[in-house]
Amino acid sequence: MSFLALTGQILRKDLRIEMRSREGVNTLLFFSTLLVFLFRFAIGSSEAQVREAAPGLLWLAFILTGLWGMARTFQIERENDCLEFLRLAPGDLGGLYLGKVVVGCCLMWAAELVILAMFGLFFHLDMLPVIGPLVPVLLLGTVGFVAIGTLFAAITANLKAREVLLPLLLFPLMVPILLAAGRLTDLGLAGDSLWAEPHWLRLLVGFDVVFLVLGYLTFPFVMED
Amino acid sequence: MAHGGTTGVSLHVRGLSKAFRGTWALRGIDLDLGPGETLVLFGPNGSGKTTLIKILATLLRPTRGTGTLGGADLVREREQVRRRVGLLSHGSYLYEELTPRENLSFAAALHGGQPADGAVTAAIERVGLGAVADERVRTLSSGMQRRVTLARLLLNAADLWLLDEPYTNLDREATKVLEAVLQEHQARGGLAVMATHNFLDGFKQATRLGILARGRLILDEPRESMTFPAFQEVYTVRAEGGGR
Repeated sequence: MSFLALTGQILRKDLRIEMRSREGVNTLLFFSTLLVFLFRFAIGSSEAQVREAAPGLLWLAFILTGLWGMARTFQIERENDCLEFLRLAPGDLGGLYLGKVVVGCCLMWAAELVILAMFGLFFHLDMLPVIGPLVPVLLLGTVGFVAIGTLFAAITANLKAREVLLPLLLFPLMVPILLAAGRLTDLGLAGDSLWAEPHWLRLLVGFDVVFLVLGYLTFPFVMED
Repeated sequence: MAHGGTTGVSLHVRGLSKAFRGTWALRGIDLDLGPGETLVLFGPNGSGKTTLIKILATLLRPTRGTGTLGGADLVREREQVRRRVGLLSHGSYLYEELTPRENLSFAAALHGGQPADGAVTAAIERVGLGAVADERVRTLSSGMQRRVTLARLLLNAADLWLLDEPYTNLDREATKVLEAVLQEHQARGGLAVMATHNFLDGFKQATRLGILARGRLILDEPRESMTFPAFQEVYTVRAEGGGR
Protein backbone atom coordinates (compact mmCIF):
# COMPACT_ATOMS: atom_id res chain seq x y z
CA MET A 1 0.00 0.00 0.00
CA SER A 2 1.39 3.39 -0.97
CA PHE A 3 2.05 5.83 1.81
CA LEU A 4 -0.66 8.19 0.54
CA ALA A 5 -3.23 5.38 0.51
CA LEU A 6 -2.15 4.43 4.03
CA THR A 7 -2.46 8.08 5.09
CA GLY A 8 -6.00 8.15 3.70
CA GLN A 9 -6.99 4.93 5.47
CA ILE A 10 -5.68 6.14 8.84
CA LEU A 11 -7.35 9.51 8.39
CA ARG A 12 -10.74 7.99 7.53
CA LYS A 13 -10.54 5.48 10.35
CA ASP A 14 -9.47 7.95 13.06
CA LEU A 15 -12.01 10.61 12.08
CA ARG A 16 -14.78 8.00 12.01
CA ILE A 17 -13.80 6.83 15.51
CA GLU A 18 -13.65 10.42 16.79
CA MET A 19 -17.03 11.29 15.32
CA ARG A 20 -18.61 8.20 16.88
CA SER A 21 -17.06 8.27 20.32
CA ARG A 22 -17.04 12.10 20.56
CA GLU A 23 -14.75 11.51 23.53
CA GLY A 24 -11.86 13.39 21.98
CA VAL A 25 -13.87 16.25 20.50
CA ASN A 26 -15.95 16.80 23.64
CA THR A 27 -12.93 16.79 25.92
CA LEU A 28 -11.03 19.17 23.67
CA LEU A 29 -13.93 21.61 23.56
CA PHE A 30 -14.50 21.48 27.31
CA PHE A 31 -10.78 21.81 28.10
CA SER A 32 -10.37 24.74 25.69
CA THR A 33 -13.29 26.60 27.21
CA LEU A 34 -12.03 25.96 30.73
CA LEU A 35 -8.57 27.27 29.91
CA VAL A 36 -9.84 30.54 28.45
CA PHE A 37 -12.20 30.90 31.41
CA LEU A 38 -9.24 30.58 33.80
CA PHE A 39 -7.16 33.06 31.77
CA ARG A 40 -9.99 35.55 32.08
CA PHE A 41 -9.74 35.41 35.87
CA ALA A 42 -5.94 35.40 35.84
CA ILE A 43 -5.33 38.57 33.83
CA GLY A 44 -8.49 40.55 34.38
CA SER A 45 -10.08 42.71 31.73
CA SER A 46 -7.59 45.54 31.29
CA GLU A 47 -7.37 46.04 27.53
CA ALA A 48 -3.64 46.73 27.61
CA GLN A 49 -2.92 43.61 29.65
CA VAL A 50 -5.11 41.47 27.45
CA ARG A 51 -3.50 42.83 24.31
CA GLU A 52 -0.03 42.12 25.65
CA ALA A 53 -0.75 38.66 26.94
CA ALA A 54 -3.07 37.44 24.18
CA PRO A 55 -0.51 35.81 21.82
CA GLY A 56 1.14 33.88 24.63
CA LEU A 57 -2.13 32.83 26.21
CA LEU A 58 -3.58 31.72 22.90
CA TRP A 59 -0.58 29.53 22.09
CA LEU A 60 -0.47 28.19 25.63
CA ALA A 61 -4.08 27.11 25.21
CA PHE A 62 -3.34 25.70 21.74
CA ILE A 63 -0.41 23.56 22.82
CA LEU A 64 -2.07 22.29 26.00
CA THR A 65 -5.12 21.12 24.08
CA GLY A 66 -2.91 19.91 21.23
CA LEU A 67 -0.80 17.87 23.61
CA TRP A 68 -3.88 16.09 24.84
CA GLY A 69 -5.12 15.59 21.27
CA MET A 70 -1.89 13.98 20.13
CA ALA A 71 -1.82 11.59 23.06
CA ARG A 72 -5.42 10.76 22.19
CA THR A 73 -4.59 9.73 18.60
CA PHE A 74 -2.26 7.03 19.95
CA GLN A 75 -4.56 6.08 22.81
CA ILE A 76 -6.95 4.77 20.15
CA GLU A 77 -4.19 2.48 18.91
CA ARG A 78 -3.24 1.18 22.34
CA GLU A 79 -6.66 -0.35 22.90
CA ASN A 80 -6.67 -4.03 21.93
CA ASP A 81 -3.04 -3.77 20.74
CA CYS A 82 -4.06 -2.09 17.49
CA LEU A 83 -0.66 -0.40 17.29
CA GLU A 84 0.89 -3.84 16.94
CA PHE A 85 -1.45 -4.59 14.05
CA LEU A 86 -0.45 -1.34 12.34
CA ARG A 87 3.20 -2.35 12.70
CA LEU A 88 2.41 -5.50 10.74
CA ALA A 89 1.25 -3.49 7.74
CA PRO A 90 3.54 -4.07 4.81
CA GLY A 91 4.47 -0.82 3.15
CA ASP A 92 5.74 2.56 4.12
CA LEU A 93 4.93 3.26 7.77
CA GLY A 94 5.63 6.91 7.00
CA GLY A 95 2.09 6.93 5.62
CA LEU A 96 0.82 6.03 9.07
CA TYR A 97 2.78 8.97 10.48
CA LEU A 98 1.31 11.39 7.94
CA GLY A 99 -2.18 10.07 8.63
CA LYS A 100 -1.73 10.70 12.34
CA VAL A 101 -0.33 14.18 11.64
CA VAL A 102 -3.38 15.09 9.53
CA VAL A 103 -5.77 13.77 12.20
CA GLY A 104 -3.86 15.65 14.91
CA CYS A 105 -3.97 18.87 12.87
CA CYS A 106 -7.72 18.54 12.26
CA LEU A 107 -8.39 18.08 15.98
CA MET A 108 -6.13 20.96 16.90
CA TRP A 109 -7.53 23.35 14.30
CA ALA A 110 -11.03 22.60 15.58
CA ALA A 111 -9.88 23.34 19.13
CA GLU A 112 -8.12 26.53 18.01
CA LEU A 113 -11.29 27.87 16.43
CA VAL A 114 -13.18 27.23 19.65
CA ILE A 115 -10.43 28.85 21.72
CA LEU A 116 -10.43 31.95 19.51
CA ALA A 117 -14.21 32.20 19.78
CA MET A 118 -14.07 31.76 23.56
CA PHE A 119 -11.24 34.27 23.82
CA GLY A 120 -13.33 36.84 21.98
CA LEU A 121 -16.33 36.07 24.17
CA PHE A 122 -14.59 36.16 27.55
CA PHE A 123 -12.36 39.18 26.79
CA HIS A 124 -14.96 41.12 24.80
CA LEU A 125 -12.78 41.16 21.70
CA ASP A 126 -13.98 41.16 18.11
CA MET A 127 -11.98 38.26 16.71
CA LEU A 128 -13.61 38.17 13.26
CA PRO A 129 -11.37 40.82 11.65
CA VAL A 130 -8.18 39.07 12.86
CA ILE A 131 -9.14 35.54 11.86
CA GLY A 132 -7.96 36.09 8.29
CA PRO A 133 -4.41 37.21 9.16
CA LEU A 134 -4.17 34.52 11.84
CA VAL A 135 -5.09 31.63 9.52
CA PRO A 136 -1.56 31.18 8.07
CA VAL A 137 -0.06 31.32 11.58
CA LEU A 138 -2.51 28.76 12.92
CA LEU A 139 -1.91 26.49 9.92
CA LEU A 140 1.88 26.66 10.03
CA GLY A 141 2.26 26.66 13.82
CA THR A 142 -0.08 23.72 14.22
CA VAL A 143 1.62 21.65 11.51
CA GLY A 144 5.01 22.14 13.16
CA PHE A 145 3.70 21.32 16.62
CA VAL A 146 1.79 18.23 15.48
CA ALA A 147 4.62 17.02 13.21
CA ILE A 148 7.11 16.72 16.05
CA GLY A 149 4.45 15.95 18.67
CA THR A 150 3.15 12.94 16.76
CA LEU A 151 6.65 11.48 16.59
CA PHE A 152 7.13 11.85 20.34
CA ALA A 153 3.61 10.63 21.08
CA ALA A 154 4.53 7.43 19.19
CA ILE A 155 7.83 7.12 21.06
CA THR A 156 6.11 7.46 24.44
CA ALA A 157 2.89 5.60 23.53
CA ASN A 158 3.89 2.38 25.30
CA LEU A 159 5.69 3.93 28.27
CA LYS A 160 4.12 4.04 31.70
CA ALA A 161 5.19 7.64 32.30
CA ARG A 162 4.01 8.85 28.89
CA GLU A 163 1.85 11.67 30.28
CA VAL A 164 4.92 13.20 31.93
CA LEU A 165 7.50 12.33 29.30
CA LEU A 166 5.62 13.65 26.28
CA PRO A 167 5.64 17.33 27.37
CA LEU A 168 9.14 17.01 28.85
CA LEU A 169 10.54 15.80 25.53
CA LEU A 170 8.38 17.96 23.34
CA PHE A 171 8.38 21.43 24.87
CA PRO A 172 12.12 22.20 24.48
CA LEU A 173 11.86 21.35 20.78
CA MET A 174 8.78 23.53 20.46
CA VAL A 175 10.57 26.75 21.44
CA PRO A 176 11.34 27.95 17.86
CA ILE A 177 7.76 27.22 16.75
CA LEU A 178 6.29 29.01 19.76
CA LEU A 179 8.56 32.04 19.35
CA ALA A 180 7.67 32.43 15.69
CA ALA A 181 3.97 31.65 16.10
CA GLY A 182 3.67 33.94 19.14
CA ARG A 183 5.27 36.89 17.36
CA LEU A 184 3.22 36.36 14.18
CA THR A 185 0.04 36.07 16.25
CA ASP A 186 0.94 39.37 17.87
CA LEU A 187 1.21 40.96 14.43
CA GLY A 188 -2.05 39.39 13.32
CA LEU A 189 -3.95 40.58 16.39
CA ALA A 190 -2.59 44.10 15.88
CA GLY A 191 -3.88 44.06 12.31
CA ASP A 192 -0.36 44.21 10.82
CA SER A 193 0.79 42.19 7.85
CA LEU A 194 2.64 38.97 8.69
CA TRP A 195 5.17 40.00 6.04
CA ALA A 196 6.22 42.89 8.25
CA GLU A 197 8.60 40.42 9.88
CA PRO A 198 9.12 37.75 7.23
CA HIS A 199 11.97 36.02 9.09
CA TRP A 200 9.43 34.60 11.59
CA LEU A 201 7.37 33.18 8.73
CA ARG A 202 10.47 31.65 7.18
CA LEU A 203 11.46 30.17 10.55
CA LEU A 204 8.00 28.65 10.97
CA VAL A 205 7.99 27.16 7.47
CA GLY A 206 11.54 25.91 7.93
CA PHE A 207 10.78 24.12 11.18
CA ASP A 208 7.58 22.66 9.72
CA VAL A 209 9.56 21.13 6.87
CA VAL A 210 12.35 19.89 9.15
CA PHE A 211 9.94 18.34 11.67
CA LEU A 212 7.79 16.72 8.96
CA VAL A 213 10.77 15.20 7.16
CA LEU A 214 12.33 14.09 10.45
CA GLY A 215 9.07 12.51 11.58
CA TYR A 216 8.40 10.81 8.26
CA LEU A 217 11.89 9.33 8.09
CA THR A 218 12.22 8.22 11.71
CA PHE A 219 8.66 7.07 12.43
CA PRO A 220 9.14 3.58 10.89
CA PHE A 221 12.11 3.01 13.21
CA VAL A 222 10.10 4.21 16.21
CA MET A 223 7.39 1.69 15.37
CA GLU A 224 9.77 -1.26 15.23
CA ASP A 225 10.83 -3.06 18.42
CA MET B 1 -2.95 -9.30 4.95
CA ALA B 2 -2.06 -10.67 1.61
CA HIS B 3 -4.80 -11.32 -0.86
CA GLY B 4 -4.39 -14.03 -3.42
CA GLY B 5 -3.69 -17.71 -3.62
CA THR B 6 -1.43 -19.36 -1.11
CA THR B 7 1.72 -20.75 -2.62
CA GLY B 8 3.77 -23.67 -1.43
CA VAL B 9 6.37 -21.69 0.48
CA SER B 10 8.50 -22.98 3.32
CA LEU B 11 9.67 -21.64 6.65
CA HIS B 12 13.24 -22.22 7.79
CA VAL B 13 14.63 -21.09 11.13
CA ARG B 14 18.13 -21.68 12.44
CA GLY B 15 19.46 -21.02 15.92
CA LEU B 16 16.77 -18.49 16.74
CA SER B 17 17.28 -16.96 20.19
CA LYS B 18 15.79 -13.99 21.97
CA ALA B 19 16.90 -12.31 25.18
CA PHE B 20 15.02 -9.67 27.12
CA ARG B 21 17.41 -7.67 29.32
CA GLY B 22 19.82 -10.54 29.63
CA THR B 23 17.18 -13.22 30.21
CA TRP B 24 16.86 -15.76 27.43
CA ALA B 25 13.26 -16.29 26.37
CA LEU B 26 14.19 -18.46 23.39
CA ARG B 27 17.32 -20.48 22.84
CA GLY B 28 18.57 -22.01 19.61
CA ILE B 29 15.29 -22.79 17.89
CA ASP B 30 15.61 -24.74 14.63
CA LEU B 31 12.50 -25.24 12.50
CA ASP B 32 11.72 -26.40 8.98
CA LEU B 33 8.10 -26.22 7.91
CA GLY B 34 6.99 -27.32 4.44
CA PRO B 35 3.83 -26.56 2.45
CA GLY B 36 0.62 -27.69 4.16
CA GLU B 37 2.26 -28.27 7.53
CA THR B 38 0.82 -27.04 10.81
CA LEU B 39 3.14 -26.99 13.79
CA VAL B 40 1.27 -26.83 17.07
CA LEU B 41 3.41 -25.67 19.95
CA PHE B 42 2.62 -26.63 23.50
CA GLY B 43 4.45 -25.49 26.57
CA PRO B 44 4.05 -24.08 30.05
CA ASN B 45 3.51 -20.36 30.62
CA GLY B 46 6.69 -18.42 29.93
CA SER B 47 8.18 -21.13 27.74
CA GLY B 48 8.61 -18.76 24.77
CA LYS B 49 5.65 -19.63 22.54
CA THR B 50 4.41 -16.06 22.09
CA THR B 51 7.97 -14.76 21.67
CA LEU B 52 8.58 -17.25 18.86
CA ILE B 53 5.32 -16.29 17.16
CA LYS B 54 6.15 -12.59 17.42
CA ILE B 55 9.57 -13.17 15.89
CA LEU B 56 8.02 -15.13 13.03
CA ALA B 57 5.51 -12.28 12.58
CA THR B 58 8.48 -9.81 12.47
CA LEU B 59 7.14 -7.97 15.51
CA LEU B 60 10.31 -8.82 17.43
CA ARG B 61 13.89 -9.09 16.21
CA PRO B 62 15.77 -12.21 17.25
CA THR B 63 18.87 -11.64 19.36
CA ARG B 64 20.62 -14.43 17.49
CA GLY B 65 19.83 -16.75 14.63
CA THR B 66 18.19 -16.42 11.25
CA GLY B 67 14.97 -17.36 9.54
CA THR B 68 13.36 -17.17 6.13
CA LEU B 69 9.80 -17.43 4.90
CA GLY B 70 9.57 -18.21 1.20
CA GLY B 71 13.17 -17.07 0.88
CA ALA B 72 12.52 -13.68 2.56
CA ASP B 73 14.65 -12.98 5.61
CA LEU B 74 12.71 -12.40 8.84
CA VAL B 75 14.87 -9.43 9.80
CA ARG B 76 16.22 -7.86 6.61
CA GLU B 77 13.14 -8.36 4.43
CA ARG B 78 10.38 -7.70 6.93
CA GLU B 79 8.04 -6.10 4.43
CA GLN B 80 8.07 -9.17 2.18
CA VAL B 81 7.55 -11.44 5.17
CA ARG B 82 4.65 -9.30 6.42
CA ARG B 83 2.87 -9.70 3.10
CA ARG B 84 2.95 -13.47 3.65
CA VAL B 85 1.91 -13.60 7.30
CA GLY B 86 -1.52 -13.62 8.97
CA LEU B 87 -1.55 -13.25 12.75
CA LEU B 88 -4.20 -14.13 15.28
CA SER B 89 -2.79 -12.82 18.52
CA HIS B 90 -3.77 -12.29 22.16
CA GLY B 91 -4.92 -8.76 21.34
CA SER B 92 -7.98 -8.56 19.13
CA TYR B 93 -6.57 -5.67 17.06
CA LEU B 94 -10.13 -4.37 16.81
CA TYR B 95 -11.28 -0.76 17.03
CA GLU B 96 -14.25 -0.81 19.35
CA GLU B 97 -16.01 2.20 17.82
CA LEU B 98 -15.97 0.57 14.38
CA THR B 99 -18.22 -2.24 13.21
CA PRO B 100 -16.89 -5.71 12.31
CA ARG B 101 -17.37 -4.83 8.63
CA GLU B 102 -15.42 -1.58 8.99
CA ASN B 103 -12.67 -3.26 11.00
CA LEU B 104 -12.25 -5.99 8.40
CA SER B 105 -12.30 -3.55 5.48
CA PHE B 106 -9.68 -1.40 7.21
CA ALA B 107 -7.48 -4.41 7.98
CA ALA B 108 -7.76 -5.72 4.44
CA ALA B 109 -6.96 -2.32 2.94
CA LEU B 110 -4.04 -1.85 5.30
CA HIS B 111 -2.48 -5.18 4.47
CA GLY B 112 -3.11 -5.67 0.81
CA GLY B 113 -5.67 -3.46 -0.82
CA GLN B 114 -9.41 -3.61 -1.07
CA PRO B 115 -10.79 -7.14 -0.81
CA ALA B 116 -12.98 -8.52 -3.59
CA ASP B 117 -16.63 -7.46 -3.59
CA GLY B 118 -18.51 -9.44 -0.98
CA ALA B 119 -15.38 -10.96 0.54
CA VAL B 120 -15.83 -9.11 3.82
CA THR B 121 -19.50 -10.05 4.02
CA ALA B 122 -18.68 -13.68 3.20
CA ALA B 123 -16.03 -13.80 5.93
CA ILE B 124 -18.45 -12.31 8.47
CA GLU B 125 -21.19 -14.75 7.47
CA ARG B 126 -18.76 -17.64 7.71
CA VAL B 127 -18.09 -16.96 11.39
CA GLY B 128 -21.78 -16.50 12.10
CA LEU B 129 -21.79 -12.76 12.70
CA GLY B 130 -23.98 -11.66 9.80
CA ALA B 131 -26.62 -10.26 12.16
CA VAL B 132 -24.14 -7.97 13.94
CA ALA B 133 -21.91 -7.04 11.02
CA ASP B 134 -22.87 -3.38 11.33
CA GLU B 135 -22.97 -3.13 15.12
CA ARG B 136 -20.09 -1.46 16.92
CA VAL B 137 -17.49 -3.93 18.16
CA ARG B 138 -17.73 -2.58 21.70
CA THR B 139 -21.28 -3.91 21.90
CA LEU B 140 -20.15 -7.47 21.06
CA SER B 141 -19.17 -10.12 23.60
CA SER B 142 -15.53 -11.18 23.86
CA GLY B 143 -16.39 -14.43 22.08
CA MET B 144 -18.00 -12.54 19.21
CA GLN B 145 -14.99 -10.25 19.02
CA ARG B 146 -12.79 -13.31 18.77
CA ARG B 147 -14.93 -14.47 15.86
CA VAL B 148 -14.30 -11.15 14.12
CA THR B 149 -10.56 -11.77 14.41
CA LEU B 150 -11.17 -15.19 12.90
CA ALA B 151 -13.03 -13.54 10.02
CA ARG B 152 -10.00 -11.31 9.50
CA LEU B 153 -7.91 -14.43 9.11
CA LEU B 154 -10.38 -15.74 6.54
CA LEU B 155 -9.88 -12.64 4.42
CA ASN B 156 -6.21 -13.41 4.58
CA ALA B 157 -4.73 -15.72 1.98
CA ALA B 158 -1.31 -15.39 3.59
CA ASP B 159 1.20 -18.22 3.31
CA LEU B 160 1.90 -18.46 7.03
CA TRP B 161 -0.78 -18.25 9.68
CA LEU B 162 0.46 -17.56 13.19
CA LEU B 163 -2.16 -18.46 15.77
CA ASP B 164 -1.49 -17.56 19.38
CA GLU B 165 -4.04 -19.22 21.66
CA PRO B 166 -6.68 -19.23 18.91
CA TYR B 167 -9.25 -21.17 20.95
CA THR B 168 -9.54 -18.51 23.65
CA ASN B 169 -13.17 -17.37 24.03
CA LEU B 170 -14.36 -19.50 21.11
CA ASP B 171 -17.47 -21.60 21.62
CA ARG B 172 -17.87 -25.02 20.02
CA GLU B 173 -19.40 -23.68 16.84
CA ALA B 174 -16.64 -21.11 16.34
CA THR B 175 -14.03 -23.75 17.15
CA LYS B 176 -15.42 -25.87 14.33
CA VAL B 177 -15.16 -22.91 11.96
CA LEU B 178 -11.53 -22.36 13.02
CA GLU B 179 -10.73 -26.02 12.44
CA ALA B 180 -12.42 -26.02 9.04
CA VAL B 181 -10.62 -22.92 7.80
CA LEU B 182 -7.32 -24.21 9.08
CA GLN B 183 -7.82 -27.45 7.18
CA GLU B 184 -8.65 -25.46 4.03
CA HIS B 185 -5.47 -23.45 4.59
CA GLN B 186 -3.47 -26.66 4.90
CA ALA B 187 -5.08 -28.03 1.73
CA ARG B 188 -4.00 -24.88 -0.15
CA GLY B 189 -0.44 -25.62 0.90
CA GLY B 190 -0.36 -22.93 3.57
CA LEU B 191 1.80 -23.11 6.68
CA ALA B 192 0.62 -22.55 10.22
CA VAL B 193 2.28 -22.24 13.59
CA MET B 194 -0.12 -22.43 16.51
CA ALA B 195 0.60 -21.96 20.20
CA THR B 196 -2.04 -23.33 22.54
CA HIS B 197 -2.78 -24.84 25.93
CA ASN B 198 -5.77 -26.66 24.44
CA PHE B 199 -4.25 -30.12 24.13
CA LEU B 200 -7.06 -32.00 22.44
CA ASP B 201 -7.99 -29.43 19.79
CA GLY B 202 -4.37 -28.52 19.18
CA PHE B 203 -3.37 -32.15 18.78
CA LYS B 204 -6.18 -32.69 16.25
CA GLN B 205 -5.07 -29.76 14.09
CA ALA B 206 -1.36 -30.52 14.13
CA THR B 207 0.63 -32.15 11.40
CA ARG B 208 3.66 -31.56 13.62
CA LEU B 209 3.81 -31.47 17.40
CA GLY B 210 6.20 -29.22 19.25
CA ILE B 211 6.95 -28.68 22.92
CA LEU B 212 8.69 -25.54 24.13
CA ALA B 213 10.11 -25.51 27.63
CA ARG B 214 12.35 -22.85 29.14
CA GLY B 215 12.92 -21.35 25.70
CA ARG B 216 14.04 -24.57 24.03
CA LEU B 217 12.19 -26.66 21.48
CA ILE B 218 12.48 -29.99 23.28
CA LEU B 219 10.18 -31.91 20.92
CA ASP B 220 9.40 -31.54 17.22
CA GLU B 221 7.80 -34.66 15.79
CA PRO B 222 5.20 -35.57 13.14
CA ARG B 223 1.80 -36.08 14.73
CA GLU B 224 1.54 -39.60 13.30
CA SER B 225 4.54 -40.59 15.37
CA MET B 226 2.55 -40.67 18.61
CA THR B 227 -0.92 -41.10 20.03
CA PHE B 228 -2.63 -38.41 22.11
CA PRO B 229 -2.07 -40.23 25.43
CA ALA B 230 1.56 -40.82 24.53
CA PHE B 231 2.00 -37.14 23.70
CA GLN B 232 0.43 -36.10 26.99
CA GLU B 233 2.82 -38.42 28.79
CA VAL B 234 5.80 -36.96 26.97
CA TYR B 235 4.61 -33.43 27.79
CA THR B 236 4.12 -34.23 31.46
CA VAL B 237 7.54 -35.78 31.81
CA ARG B 238 9.63 -33.45 29.66
CA ALA B 239 7.91 -30.06 29.97
CA GLU B 240 6.33 -30.10 33.40
CA GLY B 241 8.62 -32.08 35.61
CA GLY B 242 10.81 -34.86 34.35
CA GLY B 243 12.72 -32.55 32.07
CA ARG B 244 14.14 -30.50 34.94
